[in-house]
Amino acid sequence: MADLSVNIAGVEFKNPVIPASGVFGYGHEYEEFYPLSKLGGIATKGTTGQLRPGNPAPRIAETPMGMLNSVGLQNPGIDTFIERELPYLMSKDTVIIANIAGSTAEECAEVAAKLDETDVHMIELNISCPNVKHGGAAFGVSCEGAAGVTEMVRKATKKPLIVKLSPNVTDIAAIAKSVEAAGADCLSLINTLLGMRIDINTRRPVLRNNCGGMSGPAVFPIAVRMVWQVCNAVKIPVIGMGGISSGRDAIEMMMAGASAVQVGAAIITDPFAPVKIINEMNEILDNWEKSNIRDIIGSVKPW
Amino acid sequence: MKYTQGKYILSKKQTLAKQIYDFTVLCPDIAAQAQIGQFVHILPEGKGGFTLRRPISICDIDKEAGTIRLVFQVKGDGTDVISQIPTGGPVDIVGPLGHGFTLTDKNDHVIIAGGGIGVPPLLGLAKYYGKNAVVILGFRNAEAVILQKDFEKTGAKVIMCTDDGSYGVCGNAAGPLKDYIAESDAVMSCGPMRMLEAISVISAEHDVKCQVSLEERMGCGVGACLVCACKLNVNGVERMGHVCKDGPVFDSKEVVW
Repeated sequence: MADLSVNIAGVEFKNPVIPASGVFGYGHEYEEFYPLSKLGGIATKGTTGQLRPGNPAPRIAETPMGMLNSVGLQNPGIDTFIERELPYLMSKDTVIIANIAGSTAEECAEVAAKLDETDVHMIELNISCPNVKHGGAAFGVSCEGAAGVTEMVRKATKKPLIVKLSPNVTDIAAIAKSVEAAGADCLSLINTLLGMRIDINTRRPVLRNNCGGMSGPAVFPIAVRMVWQVCNAVKIPVIGMGGISSGRDAIEMMMAGASAVQVGAAIITDPFAPVKIINEMNEILDNWEKSNIRDIIGSVKPW
Repeated sequence: MKYTQGKYILSKKQTLAKQIYDFTVLCPDIAAQAQIGQFVHILPEGKGGFTLRRPISICDIDKEAGTIRLVFQVKGDGTDVISQIPTGGPVDIVGPLGHGFTLTDKNDHVIIAGGGIGVPPLLGLAKYYGKNAVVILGFRNAEAVILQKDFEKTGAKVIMCTDDGSYGVCGNAAGPLKDYIAESDAVMSCGPMRMLEAISVISAEHDVKCQVSLEERMGCGVGACLVCACKLNVNGVERMGHVCKDGPVFDSKEVVW
């Protein structure tokens, strides 16, 4: 058994595998499969200042080796999250990362300020949701927008701050540097790629929202490339995600430079995916006779 | 509730009509927990693999034999791959999932109304209520008719309908409903949305409680990913519910049609 623990922005993780925001709700459902304490951490469903009903259904479509979703940040609002969900999560012996979003930078800062007064371990600021009309990705696609909202949220909280980046940009390294300069402690990427499917018989997009965020194994090579580019551009730690569905994928992502990984679509395919990934990482390290996952981080030997 | 995920043996397989398959799966732990109206989430394991599971309603449960029966229609690539699993082959299942039908007193007079591929999940209800049930089954045409004998064996009164009149009464299941609703205690239904809405309206007019089983494109199947949203109105307050966990069976008065 190798040592899988990692430290990100001063927070100790027992292993580097974290269910990504959106697929895991607030954990209740998956506790019916396995104890949440097996996980390195949990990134909770994106929370905004007020309740959001989300987009109309259908909100999901299959794609080759992947999926599209257009949930649209459905959530009960930050006050309900803090009151009803957070105490349960904080009792689960795993790192709790509260994912937050908002229509304006002020809303994001207000949500962060409320979380600052709780025991939550980390905050992940989503500046990249492709499924809401205002805010979301609009912040994430320019250096100024990304830095502006990061700066406001930074002022609102002393909690370790992760900023989740959009891949729907021309130069992700430039945005990563702006966000780092604005005070982020960590970056996470990639959020979903904007996609679309059309039912050729009805000529209607499969998603009621027309477009949605693409994820799953099909996006994995894009995610590895972007994580590698960002890790070469910044000094703060990076959490890699995008199509990870096996221990091999997780190790590949960490070789690209990620200090930890998040798992999203794979959990929809297999609820046990995060647990299996942890076990597979252990097996691979044992086979290599490596005793420490931290030796793997950024160990790619580029040509 | 504990969820189970595993690979189970497909112990029996037959074709009921064009593109309609009938699976019996040996899964004692799932069968032991399963309730009428719940579903299982099946992973198509074909070439290249699929990301999304396919929700398939449970048609019948044999707790003694440890099996569940699944009757489903091939609608696309995923269900096509599932339909090709050979007898004895593995079926990757998460289940049992969702909130099924709320059973009332066995002696209640109920109407069980199904349309098309919405018919299979109602078989358990017909077995439960037996002779006290009136079952109305609607199909597109005579070729599409399935499970008639299974329903007749339960002792329920079975009325068949087809859209084109090629078998039984002409029209959908909402038609014959009017003849029986006055003397019934409850209505339980599954089928196309327009049929369910019509049945819901007729039930409300006669002040008879009505449960409907809905369908939506699903992700996780356990209530976490929030993709299978449906608008509900509970005690005057509108909110988003989710077919996989709040449903698939809902009180028809709570559904915003």
